[in-house]
Formats: sequence, structure tokens, C-alpha cells
Amino acid sequence: MTEPLDNILIRIRELTKTFKQQTVINGLTVDLNSNDRIALIGQNGAGKTTLIRCILGQYNFEGELEVMGMNPRKSRKLILQEIGFVPQTPPPIKLTVKELINFLEKITHTPAAEFYKISNDLGLDIAQNLSKPFHKLSGGMKQKLLISFALGRKVKVLLLDEPSANLDPQARIILFDHLKNYSTNTLMVLSSHRMEEIGDLVTRVIEMDLGQIVVDKEVNNPQNILSHEKSF
Amino acid sequence: MNADIYQSLRSRWFWVYSILFGGFVAVMFATGITESQIIGFVGLSRLMVTFMQVSMVILPIYVLITTVRSVVGDRESNVMEYMLSLPVSFSGYFWGKFAAKFLVTYIPVFIALFGAALWGSLTKLDVPWDLFMLYSALLAAMIFCFLGISMFISAVAHSQDLAISSAFVLWLLLVAFLDLILMGLLLKLRLDAGTVIGIGMLNPLQVFRTAVLVLFDPDLTVMGAASYFILDTVSRELFIVFAIAYPILLGGLFGWLGNYFFNTKDIL
Repeated sequence: MTEPLDNILIRIRELTKTFKQQTVINGLTVDLNSNDRIALIGQNGAGKTTLIRCILGQYNFEGELEVMGMNPRKSRKLILQEIGFVPQTPPPIKLTVKELINFLEKITHTPAAEFYKISNDLGLDIAQNLSKPFHKLSGGMKQKLLISFALGRKVKVLLLDEPSANLDPQARIILFDHLKNYSTNTLMVLSSHRMEEIGDLVTRVIEMDLGQIVVDKEVNNPQNILSHEKSF
Repeated sequence: MNADIYQSLRSRWFWVYSILFGGFVAVMFATGITESQIIGFVGLSRLMVTFMQVSMVILPIYVLITTVRSVVGDRESNVMEYMLSLPVSFSGYFWGKFAAKFLVTYIPVFIALFGAALWGSLTKLDVPWDLFMLYSALLAAMIFCFLGISMFISAVAHSQDLAISSAFVLWLLLVAFLDLILMGLLLKLRLDAGTVIGIGMLNPLQVFRTAVLVLFDPDLTVMGAASYFILDTVSRELFIVFAIAYPILLGGLFGWLGNYFFNTKDIL
């Protein structure tokens, strides 16, 4: 797959991540481009979350990893200003919803109205929950809020780790509608076990196994190109 | 930092701690401690000395136990994974926690001490402002010191259990080295007094304990053997400077080491 150099948002060369004796990512090389919508798939332990954390600058690593031409460990704040992230499991943040929104508004320079809008679309009325501590919301409500925080920002990279895991069917449909309509200049990486859900959305499928990329294809119908028949 | 302050203000620990110190001053006034003349202290001086002795027992362990979980706790609960996916620097995150914790720990004890002085002046007691200034600075220095140590432990520890155990063992060691082990070293190992004083002055708890009584007569038996030795050797003015500067430097050093570790290692 050849892309013009200025289209590459994330450039990875021989990336290796080892925890004590265990190699979780093993010499991974790939370019992720600004218009890619990627399904990042693989079994548990394949290295998907570790790769996302390396991109977020949360892990040290061997090899080369550049996000927008910068090292994610050394230029964290600059890079993270351009990355929206939804974690697999909502964290038990003890701030109230209002405090959390104020905090995000301040550090991401995004008006709260953007978060309210997406949250309302997903079926969560933020105004009614402002005084509640985030960690006391239901799993679905937390996930909707985190999604609205990521999509409400105008970013160059969206990293979504199982974003629909806690959502009801209606909210899932709305989420994927939002993702479809999101800027085509945003690199989107969706880690998911439900290929049938994101099939219409993605333009590229990357399958990882044992810390390496075993499939990397541009697609029209991603469900036909997996390395094996097993459903993720 | 604001986010951490909001979280601290909602924690039960914070309110128990604040009520404990505020209530303690109120109880001391109510029970007439300012009128007692036992062991040479009178009026507000007596109250303040007692307040500082209680602070020496409670503050270090409170700071250690409530702070050592902060970084490692966020790591274990995945809060850190999310918060540090936002445009927040590692140092901003670390020192923000440090500063927030300092404020929510120091302000209640300062208010309690200031409240005592204020109440004393309203009730026509002689307010020892020099003592008030010294104690305010000593409290700030001690809290800073234990915060630095706690944040270091929290950044380095792999689990909350390990962090709490380490903090508790450290506190026990520091308490044990107040007089008890020091005197044992002096007598059993026949160490010279200078070495014993040196060991004593490395212990921030001992420094605090001695500094609390530095403005009083060094012959007071309540002072303890190590404090007596220290004040018999070092001038009071020098010791006051040391008692404020040393804990701040120690806390700053450990804080810096904790931040360095946090910045250079995997955060999850």
C-alpha cells in the first residue's frame, strides 16, 4: 500500500513492546493515513490495546513511532490535542459530570455545547446528570459521555477501543452514523470484536496476532478478508 | 489541580481530618487547657504545643496513607489511561496532584491553628504570634515533606497494597527513631553523641518534634532526650532555619524523583 508521504499521520517502524519477559508487540511496521478508517481486530492479547497505548504515549517502546511527525513520548501534549480516545472500559472518575466537562472544555479548548450535542444524539441528557459523580453513572451513560467527549472535539485521530460495548442498540446505530459523518480527513482506528457492526464504516482492516500484523487490506467488504473464518 | 481539589473535597477522609483538627482545638478550649499550668506551658502556648504534638502523630500517617494511593490507584483503576489520553503532561498531572493534596491538607490545620489564635485574641488571651508563625511554617514544611515521600512511593509502587504497606513501614521506622532507637544506639553501640544527633536530624519527625519546642526552655523533660542533645549542640536560630528548610528540601527531592520516574517509565 503506497500513500503520499504527507498523508501519513502515524508512522510505525519495527515497533516492539516488551513487558518484563513477554513481547506483546513484535517488530510491527505500518503507516496509518489521514483518510483511513481502520478496523483493528484480533483476539485478546493480540496487542491492539498495547498499540493504542503506545500511540497515546503511555508506554515506552523500541523502534520508531511518529504521530504527525512527532514522538508521542516527547511531544505528548501537542499530539494528544489532536487525538480523541474512547477506552474499552469507562474509568471510575470521581469528578461530577459538570466538573469533568469543565475540565475537558478547558484542556481541549472545545465548547461544552459540542459534547452536549453528541451526548443528546446518543440519548443522554447531560443537563440532568451534571451533579452526579461520573463513576456513579450506569455503564451505558459513561460510555455515551466518553464518546461525546471524543467526537465533540475536532481531532485528526480518533482511537476507539470497543466504543459500542456498553451501548444499547439505538445508541449504537447513532454512534456509527456519527462516525460515518465525521470528517473524512480524520484517521479513525476502531478496535472491535463486532465486524458486522463496523463493516460499512471502515476502509481498511488490520488484523493483529501475537503482536504482529497478519492482515492489512483496503476493503469494500471487510467481513470477507479476515485471515480465518472466526468471528471477532 | 482543580480536578484533584474537587475530588479531595468530596472524600470522607478530608472531612474526618478537617473535623478532627477543628474539633480538637474546640475541645481544648472547652476543657480549659489554656488555663492549665502543667509542665511549664501556659495559655495559648500550651494549646499550640499540644496541637503540634497531636499534629506530629496524625499528619504524617494521614498524608502517607491518603496520598500513596493517588498515582498507583489511578493506574490500577484505569483512570490514568483515560486522563493521560487527554492533552495533559505527565509533570502537570503529577505536580497537580501534589499541589492539590498540599492545599487540602495544609489549609484545615492552618485554619485550626489560626482559629485558635483568633479565638484567643477575642477572649483576651495573650497570643504568641512568633509561635504561631513558626508552627504555621513547620506544619507546611512537614506536610510538604511527607507529600513528596508519598508521591514518590505512589509513582514507584506496582500496587496500592504495596504502596500502603511501604508507607506504613516507613512511618513506623521514623517513629521508632524518635528517641527510642536513638538512645538505644547511643547506649548499646556506644556511638558518639554527634552521630546520634546526625541520625536524629535526618528524621523529619525528630526535626519537627524538636522544632516545636525550640522556643522554650531546653531543660524541659517533655522535650525528649534527642531534642535535648540537638538543642544543646546547635543554635536555636540555625535549627529553626534547618527545621523548615530540610523537610521542604527532602519532600522536594522525593517529589522530583517521583516525577522523574513517572515521566520516564510506562505509566500503565
